[in-house]
Amino acid sequence: MSAIATEAGLAGTVSRGRAGLIRQAIRERKAAALGLGIIAFFVILAIAAPLIAPYSTTARSCAVFAPPSASHWLGCDDGGIDMLSEIISGGRISLIIGFAATLIAMLIGGGVGIASGYFGRWLDIALMRITDYLLVIPDLAFAMVIADVWGPSLSHVIAVIAILEWATTARIIRAQVMSVKERVYIKRARSIGAGHARIIGRHILPQVGPLLMANTVLTVAVAIYLETALAFLGLEDPSTTTWGTILEHAFNRAAVSAGAWWAIVPDGLVITLLIMGCFLLGQAIEDALNPRLRVAHLSSRRWALRPLAGRGPDAI
Amino acid sequence: MRGADYVIRRAGFALLTIFVAITINFFLFRVLPGTVVSDLARVPHATPQLRHALTVEFGLAKPKWEQYLIYLRELAKGNMGISFATQQPVSQLLLNDLKNTIPMVTIGTLGAIVVGIATGILSAWRRGSASDHVSTNLAIAFYAFPTQFLGLMLLILLGGLLPTSGMENPYAGVFGPQSTMARLQDIGLHLILPALTLLLTLYGEFTLIMRSSMLETLGEDYVLTARAKGLTDRRVIARHAVRNALLPIATLVALSIGWIVGGAILVEYIFSWPGIGQALWQAINQRDYPMLQGGFLILAVSVVLLNLLADLAYFKLDPRISG
Repeated sequence: MSAIATEAGLAGTVSRGRAGLIRQAIRERKAAALGLGIIAFFVILAIAAPLIAPYSTTARSCAVFAPPSASHWLGCDDGGIDMLSEIISGGRISLIIGFAATLIAMLIGGGVGIASGYFGRWLDIALMRITDYLLVIPDLAFAMVIADVWGPSLSHVIAVIAILEWATTARIIRAQVMSVKERVYIKRARSIGAGHARIIGRHILPQVGPLLMANTVLTVAVAIYLETALAFLGLEDPSTTTWGTILEHAFNRAAVSAGAWWAIVPDGLVITLLIMGCFLLGQAIEDALNPRLRVAHLSSRRWALRPLAGRGPDAI
Repeated sequence: MRGADYVIRRAGFALLTIFVAITINFFLFRVLPGTVVSDLARVPHATPQLRHALTVEFGLAKPKWEQYLIYLRELAKGNMGISFATQQPVSQLLLNDLKNTIPMVTIGTLGAIVVGIATGILSAWRRGSASDHVSTNLAIAFYAFPTQFLGLMLLILLGGLLPTSGMENPYAGVFGPQSTMARLQDIGLHLILPALTLLLTLYGEFTLIMRSSMLETLGEDYVLTARAKGLTDRRVIARHAVRNALLPIATLVALSIGWIVGGAILVEYIFSWPGIGQALWQAINQRDYPMLQGGFLILAVSVVLLNLLADLAYFKLDPRISG
């Protein structure tokens, strides 16, 4: 099912991979620039965390569940620790988990997708059965089981998320490679004696690059979502502070009944904001890669007498 | 006959995936070093007789490959071992949990699909208008909200008005028998918050997909034809556009089933809903490995079967698929 959906959707997609496509997408679309801005903001915040965080994240600096005040902008948690500092340093680990897991997932997914699409035959069949399994298995349940059996630690969480999230990418890249490898210029390259490594490196990789980028950004969002979910269920190293464990602490130490919304809302909002940023950027790159959507924009049906869909200049 | 081949192929694939899930499940738990996880007979506080019976039943003293065959055989009989925590059969416990999970998840998911489709159609119809912007941005926001955060927000906002934990009032039956009607009403009240959380986390994606699918459909020639015939906007949308735009939603539902299960686990945990997600979490906390193994297997098998169902529904909806 999933295979049909992604492959059918991509059959008519991207014809020319252009390195400047992503830059162009960002220039042309407000949403892409906004998404990139959000991601950049959090990356800078994570890198500079020790310099920015106003208080320690281990020593108490105010009263239990102290509400927001001039000295503690986001109030304090159940241990009297400054929330703002916790969120700033928690983002560090959440981002490390998100990016590391995504990097591994993209290496596996890209590799499997290219190998499967380029070499085909039994390799394709074998690899696609594995992705089929990973695509239907319930992510969170699987992650819970593995995280529990392996034991809670940062590297385990990264590994679990990476193992779970490469399959979609492999599928999409495979479909793209299968269509690219039939192009005439690749056949020509082969006829003048180019080896597999050269064809893949020089001709196929640049074609799937932008698509891989879009997927990377979207996978970061999923990875961070999974990280916070696992942490919320108590399956992360309890000694670390991440955006996920902050919510877990708030929930387990009765922040709700104490009325301490500041222990929950700001943290939830930063997670949401980052996921939204990834979604906006990833979606914009995908849209830029899909010429079908462009055709719809430039539809000759603009002369329609009475707008059917929408009002104003956007009307079809 | 159209599609007999297709149905057989999809069903075969589903069976294969279930088999893979069972095998991975076996390897995850039984082939690990150490006996804490792998020894099904180490039920705490159990009598030696029970331990011995389990060891014989699951062939725990035999080589691993033989254990695998025995595991398959016992699974076929519905035997998943004995829960470490309660000393009751795992399959019976999980069946009860599943009965609690299904209504909550079904209501939340169906609600999300209905709300998503409705807002998606409106957005596409009024494309570029203020209501389109509001609805699209809301959808993106709800799509991005982590489930646990949404659940906590609803706890804060509505916690005073609605029951926030469990499935029914534990003291309801204490002072005399309770009528069925009153009991159902009680369960219904308890169901609102978990189902609403699930609905809100899921609906955003449906809105976005429905909107883009509608926009694509509205550009098709047959829509132009329908307009040329002089049909009203409302009729063109309802009779011609929506039907075809619904197809991607069927795909999305199929693809989201694993995701929905994940959301359900978090929701059940937050609201202590006594379902299978809650059971999974408890199994982890109580180191109840037979329960964990069984719960995961049931979730995996349900997702595969629901996927098969969605595949077949899609096949029925779209006559262009020839198998």
